[in-house]
Amino acid sequence: MDAELSTATEFPQPESFSFDEESLKAIETIVKRYPPGKQASAVIPLLYVVQRQMKRSTGSAWVPNKGMDAVAERLGMAPIRVYEVATFYFMFNMKPIGKHHLQVCATTPCWLRGSDEVSRACRDAGKLGGWGQTSEDKMFTLSEVECLGGCVNAPILQVDDDYYEDMDYESTVRLIEALRRGERPAPGSVIGRQTSAPEGGPQTLLDVPGE
Amino acid sequence: MALSDKDRIFTNLYGLQDWRLPAARKRGQWDGTKALIEKGRDWIIEEVKNSGLRGRGGAGFPTGLKWSFMPKQPGDRPHYLVVNADESEPGTCKDRDILRHDPHTLIEGCLVAGVAMGAHAGYIYVRGEYYNEHLVLQAAIDEAYAAGLLGPNACGAGWDFDLYVHRGAGAYICGEETALIESLEGKKGMPRLKPPFPAAVGLYGCPSTVNNVETIAVVPTILRRGAPWFAGFGRPKNSGTKIFCIQGHVNKPCNVEEEMSIPLRELIERHAGGVRGGWDNLLAVIPGGSSTPMIPKAVCDDVLMDFDALREHKTGLGTAGVIVMDKSTDLIKAIARLSTFYKHESCGQCTPCREGMGWVKRMMDRMVEGRAEVAEIDVLEQVTRQIEGHTICALADGGVWPVQGLIRHFRPMMEERIAAYKAGKAAPMALAAE
Repeated sequence: MDAELSTATEFPQPESFSFDEESLKAIETIVKRYPPGKQASAVIPLLYVVQRQMKRSTGSAWVPNKGMDAVAERLGMAPIRVYEVATFYFMFNMKPIGKHHLQVCATTPCWLRGSDEVSRACRDAGKLGGWGQTSEDKMFTLSEVECLGGCVNAPILQVDDDYYEDMDYESTVRLIEALRRGERPAPGSVIGRQTSAPEGGPQTLLDVPGE
Repeated sequence: MALSDKDRIFTNLYGLQDWRLPAARKRGQWDGTKALIEKGRDWIIEEVKNSGLRGRGGAGFPTGLKWSFMPKQPGDRPHYLVVNADESEPGTCKDRDILRHDPHTLIEGCLVAGVAMGAHAGYIYVRGEYYNEHLVLQAAIDEAYAAGLLGPNACGAGWDFDLYVHRGAGAYICGEETALIESLEGKKGMPRLKPPFPAAVGLYGCPSTVNNVETIAVVPTILRRGAPWFAGFGRPKNSGTKIFCIQGHVNKPCNVEEEMSIPLRELIERHAGGVRGGWDNLLAVIPGGSSTPMIPKAVCDDVLMDFDALREHKTGLGTAGVIVMDKSTDLIKAIARLSTFYKHESCGQCTPCREGMGWVKRMMDRMVEGRAEVAEIDVLEQVTRQIEGHTICALADGGVWPVQGLIRHFRPMMEERIAAYKAGKAAPMALAAE
């Protein structure tokens, strides 16, 4: 079963998986959100818990087969129900990835603003051959993703959980080099925009009560 | 007449101020919520109906009417409010700003909407990629609990209400309300056949209503300022204010809350710095997110941004994600990339969508090259008509409409591309052999 599910010949699956203390604490909070008997609702949140624990313990955020089995056991679900959820959604990595996941939005709004240049910069600076590849030093994995929902700040490069916005070739190269040095630049617009306001500063909401 | 700041609901859209509760209160949120709730369920629904609010998630269904479908008397099944924060329609990034900068508008709206539909619990389904946004939202909910605004006897108004955040995991289809419910129940996000509608059989088989973030978040302000205030903006049946996401080939892309029915040209020129290279450099606009067919410049010149005006031009307001394309754009490629998107996001449940989205994508990829026969444009158009309306949900409709819009307005461009390809390479090929 395991071999079929994962094409385990390409990479080793861990022989076991058990939730660590941090994960158990997170799970306790998560399962309380759903009514009694509806704990299957927690399957996506628990798969995230697995993926985060793998990141903590191995440096690579992914969901191994034994992790899915642990979720199934915790929620009293048939393992196949967990496998089908994990493989239906796009945010679970079913094989190991690099330390940083470079996710280039290439849908039309980002494409119109130059996402081709962002992906070219990722390939050049990250030493990556193409979509789905991981660099030899295991620093970066490159993925093409669909609309990230930040379209007025296009093009967007999502690195792990963070959006870097208003990117171009040069800023992408600079970001990747900083990540390689172990730095973590602040997410958001790289051209200094105030979030989704127009470049140069907001033209509305200048007369608002409050602070 | 541009909307003035005093009539804007999302006063912290850009995050210039703090999102936390004390600052939100200073901006007027959570003001007199108890009194609003005490006016009762029927009053809330009537006010929302009278305000003319139509759903902000794309379909534009009247919100008050939708709420009135929930059972009047509580039965043995609990009622649920479900908020759709799975913002994934290409071109749309408005709910993101509400979640991260003005979360208390949404949380207060959830409580009021919960009362109106007899729900003691609500789930906000946030798209998985909005990780940082969901952290802000959860922190804001925690604050609201600590202040007694949520939980037992919320706001001291005698109504118990719990609110939870649930993260999705990157599937466009979960923005469809029944797929969202399936996903929230821990399954693959595959839409359900309707009827039964969620108001009868929704989350966990219980009466449920799914609303977009913006729809819910505007309600407390409507109730405070009165239905006539909101209805005073925009044309009849197209009431209110609306967050527009203006992007693509404009000088200054941005989100902005404006009056409904604002002319498209004014919207772009006033708020987004105009079209790159000037208005005459405009080629076409996708007016309401990727599913809405594009309109050429001639239509853009004087079209109004509301549900009915755009429908007259065979497109729609959708989510109000305004994608502007200037004359440098390869329009065929822009639409082909959307076809790739819909192929990627089809859940695979219905055959016309599962097979059709891939077929359309492959055809569109050939149209980009011009590696096709002119007659195949008609074949493509006919196939989109076979797909449209023949699936459980509207994903496939949204997938073919952009292609139909391209053929409707820019067929000569496609024919030229084919002619240019033939001039370069004259190899004959089989018709529509995909």
